[in-house]
Parts: sequence; structure tokens; C-alpha cells
Amino acid sequence: METQDSSDSNRLPRRTVLQWFGASAALASGGISVPALSQGAKPAGAEGYGTDPDLTRTYEPGDVWPLTFSDDQKRTVIALVDTILPGDEFGPPASELRVPDYIDEWISAPYPNQRRDREVILPGLVRFEEAVRRETGKDFAGWNNDRRERFCDSIVREDRHPLGGFFDRFTMIAAGAYFSTPEGWKAIGYSGNLATPTFAGPPQEVLDRVGVQQTVA
Amino acid sequence: MPTINADQARSDYDVIIVGSGAGGGQMAYSLTLAGLKCLMLESGRSYDPVAETPMFQTGVHAPLGGAATPDKPFGFFDATVDGGWEVPGEPYTQGSDRPEEQFLWWRARMVGGRTNHWGRISLRNGPYDFKPYSRDGLGFDWPISYEDVEPYYTKVERLIGVYGSNEGLENTPDSPEGVLQPPPRGRIGDLLAQQAGGRIGIPVVPIHRAVLTKPQDADELAPLLHPDDEDAQRIVGDSMRSRAACFWATDCGRGCSIRANYQSTTVHLPPAMATGNLDLISLAHAREVLVDGKTGKATGVLFIDKATGREERVRAKAVVLAASSGETVRILLNSKSNAFPEGLANRSGLVGKYIMDTVGSDLRGQIPALEGLTPHNDDGAGGCHFYAPWWLYREQKAGKLDFARGYHVEIGGTRPMPRGNVPVPGSYLRGLFGTKLKEEARRYYGSFIGFACRGEMIPNEDSYAELDPDVTDDWGIPVMKWHWKWSEQELAMADHAQRTFEELIHEMGGTPAGGGGRSGRESILQGGKVIHEVGGAIMGADPATSVCNRWNQTWDVDNLFLCDGSPFASNADKNPTQTIMALAWRCADHLVTEARRGNL
Repeated sequence: METQDSSDSNRLPRRTVLQWFGASAALASGGISVPALSQGAKPAGAEGYGTDPDLTRTYEPGDVWPLTFSDDQKRTVIALVDTILPGDEFGPPASELRVPDYIDEWISAPYPNQRRDREVILPGLVRFEEAVRRETGKDFAGWNNDRRERFCDSIVREDRHPLGGFFDRFTMIAAGAYFSTPEGWKAIGYSGNLATPTFAGPPQEVLDRVGVQQTVA
Repeated sequence: MPTINADQARSDYDVIIVGSGAGGGQMAYSLTLAGLKCLMLESGRSYDPVAETPMFQTGVHAPLGGAATPDKPFGFFDATVDGGWEVPGEPYTQGSDRPEEQFLWWRARMVGGRTNHWGRISLRNGPYDFKPYSRDGLGFDWPISYEDVEPYYTKVERLIGVYGSNEGLENTPDSPEGVLQPPPRGRIGDLLAQQAGGRIGIPVVPIHRAVLTKPQDADELAPLLHPDDEDAQRIVGDSMRSRAACFWATDCGRGCSIRANYQSTTVHLPPAMATGNLDLISLAHAREVLVDGKTGKATGVLFIDKATGREERVRAKAVVLAASSGETVRILLNSKSNAFPEGLANRSGLVGKYIMDTVGSDLRGQIPALEGLTPHNDDGAGGCHFYAPWWLYREQKAGKLDFARGYHVEIGGTRPMPRGNVPVPGSYLRGLFGTKLKEEARRYYGSFIGFACRGEMIPNEDSYAELDPDVTDDWGIPVMKWHWKWSEQELAMADHAQRTFEELIHEMGGTPAGGGGRSGRESILQGGKVIHEVGGAIMGADPATSVCNRWNQTWDVDNLFLCDGSPFASNADKNPTQTIMALAWRCADHLVTEARRGNL
């Protein structure tokens, strides 16, 4: 994947950089990472999937619109998603379920909701790492799990913490991606998407627990 | 679905049908099986649910996990093609910039139209619903009664396959014995709502939906539908035999590649095509009905071929418009001539008037009793299993309520497939991360239940559609300009729904979302949002005060029939689709009789 040095992109005319961005979207997955350009700006060359996409093929992040994250941003995102959704008895860590790629796809999307999220997430990642570095001079990925958790805890515990809005939105996007995977289904308790000859309805133990009876034969 | 090009159209069609959805599909089915040569025009592209439906795809197969976007407002996997609240190249405008006076117009652009993605709820209007003015002095009576339509409700239910139960409830007609398919079992949320509803006087029962829960018995049904017609029996029987029963997975809104539910593309059009009497042109954007100035009869349709941009004219002995209320109104108003300076069939001046949509008001509750349940498969029949039909007729008649009509309550499932967004509201997970986040998400998942009021509005003078004098679509055709108003009746109904849902949620031991307390005005959905728009060409007994007669036949042009929701004189709290089909079938029988007598 090509990496655009941010100082270069500041010297070049914006239109040239946008053309490169658009050109790279025609290549295989990934995209030029242009951190200075991507903060809050509409992803260049990004079209949605339109009103008549093929619904039966599989889409990978980067197939329809170019992705955004630089290597540095990915480093932060991977460490952060694995803190927010770690490996445990419920399932694998988020990075193993491609959650960082799904977040990249989300904040790179050209739709209004996702563009609003982009304006929260990209500057938020910058401020997040700035706050991390102020503590120890390392970046978030350089910390052990314990330190990461304490830092995140300090954000959520404080009412109106400056990183609170970013953390909350990042968590929801990550969780949305996590629970949409087969492993995530297992974690949250969705069971379905299986062809069966009959519909049994809730099992007896569920009926008993809720205190109701099945009323349809 | 096989299509022809414009230059392959015949010159001797009996009927042109504009629109391929519920009404158009039913007309095509009935007319072609009766031997009439038909041309169907569909503004959207050809579409094949068997090949195109994403049956088992999940969030990991789709962009954004399948989450809704402006391109696919009902989610990525929804069947709608080139449609939604905006159709590329085909705008509409509003008479007001206040949201409460605006009408949101949902359209699909595909063969089969909105029948590909609809919720499949199939309810019969009851006897009261055809005579509302006689009952309470508001709105308009239909020129027909339940008895006129009942045989056709039965035919439709037999043909398309509708599951449900007979409950013997007021103005909630039962189907004849053996017609309905078995209803699916209640989901856990249904059963708890049913139990709680029973304690506070709300009857929760199985809903009726156009989904096969067992294979159709073609040997029994085809002869019932087409007695004395062995060719029709064979064609319809073959079509029925190639439909499978639901396998209890994948939302109906995606469409159904095994043809277990009703969509025009898998139930009406295949047998129609098999007769050899149906030609279909897709990407055919009807602009106007052509009329002979001397005889005053319709002679055909002028449409724009979207593929070439050319104007095309096709001719027939009769024309059926079933393009949906808004589009049928638009075509009529755009069909101006010396004989019809105000638009075709508009001598009453009522084309475009009395647009109605279902009153919608929803509330979600969080139910602790549904937390932490053992995971189990809740997918079911791809849509609602239970509902509450309107239950306060007596109280209303006794003047105890401050609104005159009824609503039914749709009950949502509680364990949906996660698709892109977290299936637990963010407010329940705020401030959590790590294993604790997963624990709480798992705890709360499955404990949210939604109740939807779907009710009847009184037709009013402020809810109508007219041509925009300035704006045209990409093909130069004037677009619809919408006007909307909810009256105190509908606001009072929505208020009642909110209070009722709060009480029901409380009775289930739960908490309403946001603490409840929303007024009718705050909660009522925008006009058009429920996507049940009807009216605009109401039927009646008097040509001075209606556009159509009791046969969906326009008063002014006797070979022009309107077979979508546009002739509806009221919009009962029963979803319109089954009534659209029943009236279309009845119209088709009448049209065939008139054709055989040489009256067309």
C-alpha cells in the first residue's frame, strides 16, 4: 500500500492529490493514506454503492469506496478495538474479526451518517494518541493491557471527558461491526439464519423462564 | 422475467396494464388466464427474485454490515431496486416546507414494484370499513360492501397463500374454513405481549401474512380458482407446485428466491407469462393515456423508453392504470386533451384529492423479563407473527374516545439478526468496554420489543397531490407536488396509541424508550412514511363526487380502469394490498364480461 507523506500532500495542489486518491481507488484494495486530507474532508472519489447494487456477491472493505486509515491510525485502532472488545469467554478479540477494516469502511463511506462519524473519529484518534503520549511518551499500542484499560476507564468514568464523545462513538461502531460477524452473533446471543423445516418457537426453558405458554399449535 | 422491446409490441392488445405490482400483477393474472392479450408497462428494470435475492447473506458480506443508507433506506439486503424515498431522476416536490405538511413518497423501480419488499401483511377490510360515512358521518362510503368483495378476498387468499387464524373478532373478518394457512408459533415477545395484553383487554392474536407455511395443495386450489377451465388449472397448478413453503430464515423484505411469500414476480406474473398472453416492457415510463377525441375512449399509452429516451405509443382496447396512487394520479393529470383539459377522467375535479396514508405511531419497550434468555432461533416467517386488531369499537360507538376510527398494533420480533448497527440501543451500553461491554450487550439483546400503531385517517381537503407547474423529471414529465395534513382525529389516535403502548409495556414489567410521554403530535409518523398511500381517484356512487365507479372503472372513460390503491374511498386500519388485489380481480372479471359483450 502506498503511503503519502503528509508534508508532500500539503505542498501539492489539492486537486492533484484528489486525482491520485481517485486513481488509487481503481487499484486493488487499500488506498492512499493521506492523513492531512482525510481529517473531516469527504473521501475523494468516493461514490456509494448506488440504488441497484448486486446483493448476492460478497463485499470487502475497500471494494466500493477507498479506505482511509494510515498505518499509524491502524495501529491505534487495532489496539483500541482489542481493548474495547477483547478476547474472552464470549469470543475472539475484535482485531481477529476484521473490526479495524470494518471501522475504516464505515468512516470512509460517503453517506451522511458515516461522514458525521468520520468527523468525530479521525480527529478523535489524533487527540486520543496525543493524550496517551502526554502520559508516557509511548503510543497506545505500546502500552500493556492493564495500562490501556486504566486509560480507557479514565475516559468513561469522567462526566464530559474531552475524549468521551469520540470513545463512545468509536465503541458503538466497533461493536456494530463485531456483533455482525458469526463469532459476534455467538457472543451476543443471536441464533438463526438457518433453513429449517418447521419453526419451533421458543424452547420450553425460555417459555418457563418468562412465564408464558405457546398459544399456537 | 422475460421482456420485449418497444418495437416488438403488438398492435392488437386487448389491455395495456401500467404497473407490475399488486394491482397490475393481479390484472395480468386474471386477464391473461381469461384469454385477453395484455401488454404490461413497468417503469423499472426487469427483476428476478429467484436469481437476485440474497437469501443467507449476512453483515460480513455487505458494505457497512448491511446497515441502512440513503441508497438502501431499508438496509443493504432490502429488495428495493432504484428506489426508496428518492428515485434517481424522478423527483417530487412539496407544497410546504414544514415537515408536518410534507408527504414522503416511497417508490421502487423494478418489475413487481413494492410487492418485492413489502411486509406481506394481508388483512381483509371488514364490513364497517366499506361504510365509514354511514357509521360516523365522516369521510366517504364506498359504493360497494364487504359482501361484494368477500368472494375475491377468498380467491386472493387461496391464490397467494396467507397464514393466520380465524378469531371471530368484530370487523376483523374470518376467512372460510380451510382457506388460511397455519399461522406460525408465537415468538417469545409475542407471547409475553399476548399474556399482558389479555390482562388489560387488548386481544393479541396471530396476524395474517402472505407467506406459505406449508406447500399449496394445487390439486385442490387450482380447480377452486378456475372451475371449468382446465388450461388455467394446469398453468396455475404448475406455478403453485413450484413454490416452496417458508424455511423460517431470511427476512421477507429481501424477497424470496424459493417463492415462499407473495411478490408479483413469483406469484402473479409467472402464470400470466405461461399463458402466452402477456408481453412485458420494462424501463417503460408511462407519461399519459392516449384518448380518441371523438369517442372519448382511451386508445393506448404514451411512454418514454428509458433505455433509448424515445417516446413510444402502444395501443389497446382498454387501459388499466395500476402504477400506485401517486403515479396513477400523475399519469391522469398529465393526460390532458381538449376533452379533458383538467386531466383524464377528472371531470369531477377530484383526481389527486383525498390522498390517505396509514396513521403510524410507534413505541419500543425494554422488558427485563426478556433479558438474558437462552439464545434460540427467533427468525420465524420473516416478519410479524402476532398483532392486535382494533378492539375498541364499542367504546368508540359509545362516544368514549376522541377519535372515530381504529388502529391495529403490529408487534416486532426481539431477536433480530445484527446487521451493521449494535442491536442494543447505545444508551444501555454507554461507558462500557471490555468483557463488561459484551456481557451487558448479551444481557440486553433480545429484551427490546416494538409496538406499531397502524390506523385509519379521515380523508381531508388538505391531503392531495397535484402536478408541479415548474419541475419535471429527467424525461420532461411534470412531477407530483404533495400536500399533507394530519387532523385532530389522527393526532388523537396517535396519542391514544402512545398511552396504550406505555400501559402494555408497563404490564409486561418493562420501561418505554425514552421514558415514554410522547404526545400524538410528537410521535405520529410523517405522511407517506408507512408507505400505504391510497386515494387520489376515489370510487363512489356519483360521478360528481368520485372518479371511479364500483368496478374501478373511471366514470368519464369507460375503457379506463384504476386498479391500484387510487380508488380507495377510505384507508381502513387494514393494510391495503389484499384489498387492492381483491378489487383488481373483481374488476378483471367485470372487464372480461364487458369485453365478451363487446362493450369495450
